[in-house]
Amino acid sequence: MKIIVCVKQVPDTANVKLDPETHTLKREGVASIINPFDLFALEAGLRLREQAGGELQVLSMGPPQAAEVIKQAIEFGADGGLLLADRAFAGADTWATTAALAAGVKALGGADVVICGKQAVDGDTAQVGPGLAMRLGIPQVAFVKGFREVDGQSLVVERQMDDGFDVVKLPLPGLITVVREVGEPRPPSLKGKMRAKKYQVPVKGAADMGLDAAQVGLAGSYTQVVEVFAPQASGEREMLGGAPAEAGAAVIDRLVQAKVIMVGS
Amino acid sequence: MDYFLSEEQEMIRDLCRQIAEERIKPVRAELDEKEEFPTELMKALAQADLFGIIIPEEYGGLGGGCLENVIAVEELSRACLGVSTTYAASFLGAYPVILFGNEEQKQKYLTQIASGEQLAAFALTESASGSDAGSIQTRAEKKGDEYIINGSKQWITNGGEAGIYSVVAITDPNKGARGATAFIVEDGDPGFGYGKKETKLGIRASATRELIFNDCRIPADRVLGREGMGFVVAMRTFDQSRPGVGAQAVGVAQGALDEAAAFARVRKQFDKPIITFQAVAHMLANMAIQVEAARALVYAVARFIDSGAKDTSKVSAMAKVFPTDMAMQVTTDAVQILGGHGYMREYPVEKMMRDAKILQIYEGTNQIQRNVIGQELNKEYGRKK
Repeated sequence: MKIIVCVKQVPDTANVKLDPETHTLKREGVASIINPFDLFALEAGLRLREQAGGELQVLSMGPPQAAEVIKQAIEFGADGGLLLADRAFAGADTWATTAALAAGVKALGGADVVICGKQAVDGDTAQVGPGLAMRLGIPQVAFVKGFREVDGQSLVVERQMDDGFDVVKLPLPGLITVVREVGEPRPPSLKGKMRAKKYQVPVKGAADMGLDAAQVGLAGSYTQVVEVFAPQASGEREMLGGAPAEAGAAVIDRLVQAKVIMVGS
Repeated sequence: MDYFLSEEQEMIRDLCRQIAEERIKPVRAELDEKEEFPTELMKALAQADLFGIIIPEEYGGLGGGCLENVIAVEELSRACLGVSTTYAASFLGAYPVILFGNEEQKQKYLTQIASGEQLAAFALTESASGSDAGSIQTRAEKKGDEYIINGSKQWITNGGEAGIYSVVAITDPNKGARGATAFIVEDGDPGFGYGKKETKLGIRASATRELIFNDCRIPADRVLGREGMGFVVAMRTFDQSRPGVGAQAVGVAQGALDEAAAFARVRKQFDKPIITFQAVAHMLANMAIQVEAARALVYAVARFIDSGAKDTSKVSAMAKVFPTDMAMQVTTDAVQILGGHGYMREYPVEKMMRDAKILQIYEGTNQIQRNVIGQELNKEYGRKK
């Protein structure tokens, strides 16, 4: 079975701050990490490879330093990878990103299963996985929390829903996006670390994959980020008194009223 | 302090430290409380290739030596001695195969140990035979192309959890020390079973169990080395493994020092952090001196063993006895510095103190280690005359 896992390098959002003047992310001194959801995608891919055999390749789009996330994936046990790095890819929205990734999947020789994290912690769109499936013309199941059966023709998966889960049969080739319930990422391995140290990450640009510069990056994007800002703290607050149990119930009522949470039936 | 480790050795240290912090620390108190075997953690260590560290590359390992072993064991022990005992005991069971196994035995057993598919264990001690290893009673008799083993082994780490056991039994009771032979026994061999699982003061995550041989039949090709070499196998194994016990001691003592120093900086009495009181600062200073001295000894002896040195019994014993006595002292002092907090289970130091005690006892008590060192000194100074 050929498995391709898509990973994205993101700023470590636990420590990220906005510049109050320019409204852009302050990237200086902020470590770059593998998007945490992509670690679950990688773990899912490794488990699938253990079950079904075959090989696992990692695909990423980003600046040249994003080669680091592919090396990291090799530390965890990936067989190899491909980085899509080109000035032409810069400023891509999710639509233009899927154009590049779809070409990357083809450049890797295609896959039986493509696995993505459910979303990236920097953009939070959750669009790239499903969008990539559409570009590749293959079926997809989002929010997968576990595997039931695997064979060469199909994959039976559990799809996380608000009120439980669905069991879905996905004909292959197909794409899934995964949630954290799919399994705790394993530690990196010593052999993987040694291999990663020596591994030269292959890099391809738009022209290498026969892509027109107008299809990718900012030029190929339908959306643009005009401004990023931190919401103003309004300063309004309300103190809820009474016994802890009453105060707690009052908090729940307010959150339901504000539609922050929903109470299931 | 920088011990000038190779890139690969630093990789082992960093990976073990990461696993210790992320995986072992969060569950150690619960494993201890429930006296629960760390099955999930062993799986994680296997996925990280850590069971391959000392196994030669041709059998799926990483081909490391004693130094690589002590680096890994120290880091795991810093978080939990129960977990590191389980891990290190698999190597104790593997050493007889590495040192004395034939090609078929190595191919069959070392590959399974390196991948973590099977844990290994080492079985010498019996209920009436501890320090006096020569008095073991378990018998193995050759009948045709099989050996029939009868008897029992006591306090065997990984007993019931391991799939591969290196067992020493008497094949010729008339030959004294030359009448013992080492065998490989597999879980599931006919007539091989387990007795009760022990409850313990410390290292409670590790499994300690009796092995029972009741007309246990094994094929004759399970002999390690030759008939009569049982105690040679055991002694050469201990020469390799004892610095690993020293490394456990360095690890648990470092863990206790980390806790005590951090606590002393934030705990205020008489309006000042207690680390500013000389009585406390001197205790911490002594702990730090002892830990570093023990680490330097363990690493130096490990490097000496890896150089291919022939006679390492004396220094191996030193690398066990000094660090383990030190660890008992340092973990006890850590409890003292934390005071009432230290005595409570909410803090990790009381567990470290309970765990540390076994290090002075197992793989040869510290009294036996001093016997070994004394005998070697007697030989050395006898030659110099």
